[in-house]
Amino acid sequence: MIAELGHFALVLAFAVSLVQMTVPMVGAHRRDAQLIGIANPAALLQFLLVALAFGALVWLFVVSDFSVKLVFDNSHSEKPMIFKVSGVWGNHEGSMVLWVLILALFGAMVALFGNNLPDTLRARVLGVQASIAVAFLLFILITSNPFLRLDPAPFEGRGLNPILQDRALAFHPPWLYAGYVGFSMTFSFAIAALIEGKVDAAWARWVRPWTLAAWLSLTIGIAMGSWWAYYTLGWGGFWFWDPVENASLMPWIAGTALLHSAIVAEKRGALKSWTILLAILAFSLSLLGTFLVRSGVLTSVHAFAVDPARGIFILGILIVFVGGSLALYAWRAPLLKTGGIFAPVSREGALLMNNLLLSAAVASVFIGTLYPLLLDAISGAKITVGPPFFNYTFVPIFVPLLCLVPLGPLLGWKRADVKAAAERLMAAAGLAFIACLATFAVAHDGPWLAPFGMALAVWLVAGAASEIAWRIRLFSTPLSQSLDRARRLPRAAWGTALAHGGLGVAVAGIVGVTAWQSELITTLAPGESAEIAGYTLTLERVGMRDGPNYEATVGVVRVSQGGRDLGVLMPEKRRFPAERQEKTEPAIRTNGFADLYVVLGEPADDGKWVVRAYRNNLAPWIWIGGIVMSIGGIMSLADRRLRVGAPTRARLRAAPAE
Amino acid sequence: MRHLLAAALLFFCLSIPAFALVSPSERLPDPEQEARAREISKELRCLVCQNQSIDDSDAELAGDLRRIVRERISAGDTDKEVFDFVIARYGEFVLMTPRFKPATWVLWLTPGFVLLGGGIVAVLFLRRKRLETGVSSLTEEEEARLAELMARGNPPDSAP
Repeated sequence: MIAELGHFALVLAFAVSLVQMTVPMVGAHRRDAQLIGIANPAALLQFLLVALAFGALVWLFVVSDFSVKLVFDNSHSEKPMIFKVSGVWGNHEGSMVLWVLILALFGAMVALFGNNLPDTLRARVLGVQASIAVAFLLFILITSNPFLRLDPAPFEGRGLNPILQDRALAFHPPWLYAGYVGFSMTFSFAIAALIEGKVDAAWARWVRPWTLAAWLSLTIGIAMGSWWAYYTLGWGGFWFWDPVENASLMPWIAGTALLHSAIVAEKRGALKSWTILLAILAFSLSLLGTFLVRSGVLTSVHAFAVDPARGIFILGILIVFVGGSLALYAWRAPLLKTGGIFAPVSREGALLMNNLLLSAAVASVFIGTLYPLLLDAISGAKITVGPPFFNYTFVPIFVPLLCLVPLGPLLGWKRADVKAAAERLMAAAGLAFIACLATFAVAHDGPWLAPFGMALAVWLVAGAASEIAWRIRLFSTPLSQSLDRARRLPRAAWGTALAHGGLGVAVAGIVGVTAWQSELITTLAPGESAEIAGYTLTLERVGMRDGPNYEATVGVVRVSQGGRDLGVLMPEKRRFPAERQEKTEPAIRTNGFADLYVVLGEPADDGKWVVRAYRNNLAPWIWIGGIVMSIGGIMSLADRRLRVGAPTRARLRAAPAE
Repeated sequence: MRHLLAAALLFFCLSIPAFALVSPSERLPDPEQEARAREISKELRCLVCQNQSIDDSDAELAGDLRRIVRERISAGDTDKEVFDFVIARYGEFVLMTPRFKPATWVLWLTPGFVLLGGGIVAVLFLRRKRLETGVSSLTEEEEARLAELMARGNPPDSAP
């Protein structure tokens, strides 16, 4: 009954989306207030119906209703509750329902908080948003119905892939999807603006919070995914340039570029047309990511060909939306008025440079991810594009970008004085130079690039601090006055500094792990010890432990350093009988600067066990940097000047130094 | 049959999280040779996994390949000879870094091309902006106001 109710709600949501897609559009064209008025209630109703369907699906998983095929395939009655719930989106069908739920949520938010948008713009935005919902609801209803029944109902489910039974991974997809789908909002705004033929500062101001929210969600989602990879995959790798990872990285980079170009469009009225194009690109890349992950094309081109229904459908969605929006862009963009003149050396110029480098970075990830598929499809030749390709192409593009990051915010609009900006960065440059020398002195036997990497990290962090110091006139006015200025500094300025500084912290972490990982691979009998990077590891014993839905072999490893006892680490190997799969659980001890990472391997001969241990220097900083960047995003989003409801009020405030 | 085997191995790759599975017994006694073997392993792809090097994979086939690499190194091969040996058997698919050749020109050159092309477009864009600077730097409203003032101040017939 619940399943049928959920299915019915999805069908109704599809019908409502059809209305929302067409009626307000016609209304906006004819300036008919009554037809326009349909948009808001339709968006809210669509959200309620999709939420009902999603709620029904969650309920079926929670009560383990195995008469529903999806629950049978992906759940088990003994699974902990949190993983019963996360099992809802731990599969194709459920994850698509979540996708549409977030899409509808964004639409409902525009309906609720978009009162200050011009009526026609809001109607068109919701219309475009509904067209995406129509496509994806149809996709779910035709190819991926989550509510299919089984008769007779089995007694027990097949369980969820143990890899997915993990706290970080459980909440990784919702964040990622919020990011992907968040860009649908900027896309809808872009298309609506193209239809209206008008892009002004107000438009850019409305778009920025949505871009920021999408970027923020995607940042959190990617960081969570990479953290999960780090502590699950067993040797401290955090990024693999895997196509699935790349699929989420591409919209993130495009979104980062969009975030920056939207600033120019809002503050200076320049780069409008380019901003529209980026908004289209960011969402197209999100759709591409969905296609890559959901169609099975990544496993192999042939897996795609064997069961092509879903793949072809999403490919169709991709072609219609990307092709349609680009065609609309080509037709309407020339109508947009260009404005805002600026010299090459200016804040606008710096942001243009940022966009250029980010676009090239996207191109590198794009071609590296898709070229093997294309080549295989065209000529049948198989090649592998692994991490080294991205080290040769992506990194050389990204490093100059990172070098320029601290400079941008210090340049003035229109025409900037490079000398003055450079002087403000003298201290940061000095610190970076010292960091380079210090790193070389401490770790001169490591890779020769590492000291430069650390210098870059310090440059980013100190550069962000310099920007704040300059804005609050630290040391050039009395301290109390500086503090007062700091209090009155717009939150967006803090947001910028935190995001840029957090990038530096993450760079330090990446350099640290890549350059100075220590590794120990050995076999130990209970009672035996081994050394790694100054730590002594003693395998005390190996025992068994029963988990809720698994049994684990636990290694008890005592850690000491210079005779001082640091406690025990307990790496596990878990066996999941229901799923008939195994999973390793490394044990990690961190002091904030380095992780000691211990993995229990296979039993070896004569009662010994394979033990692997790593010391990952600065590893925690990768995610600390990600958290700092996210806080920066939240700060910016909380800036009242950006708040959706406050564009007019903000104008009245005295403009703080910027 | 080979496809079935590949499918079975693929299943194992996906179901068990892979980790650096150089087992202690596999390693070469000479640390320098072992280090070379590790570096080479990172550049070779596990044939049955998704985008994993044989250094990161616990698939059986990856283990075999790791052993082959170490055998060749022990036999005195140079790095290049080891790569050639593996490529001769498994094709260029095993290379993590695709070779630069006509079939991969597009792959290797696209990022640079986008950077260069985008740079040229940006320069042209800035040039055009600079040319426009002389023409007008006023907003529409200002322009309208200016026109109005001009019209008021100078009768049409006295315009220069």
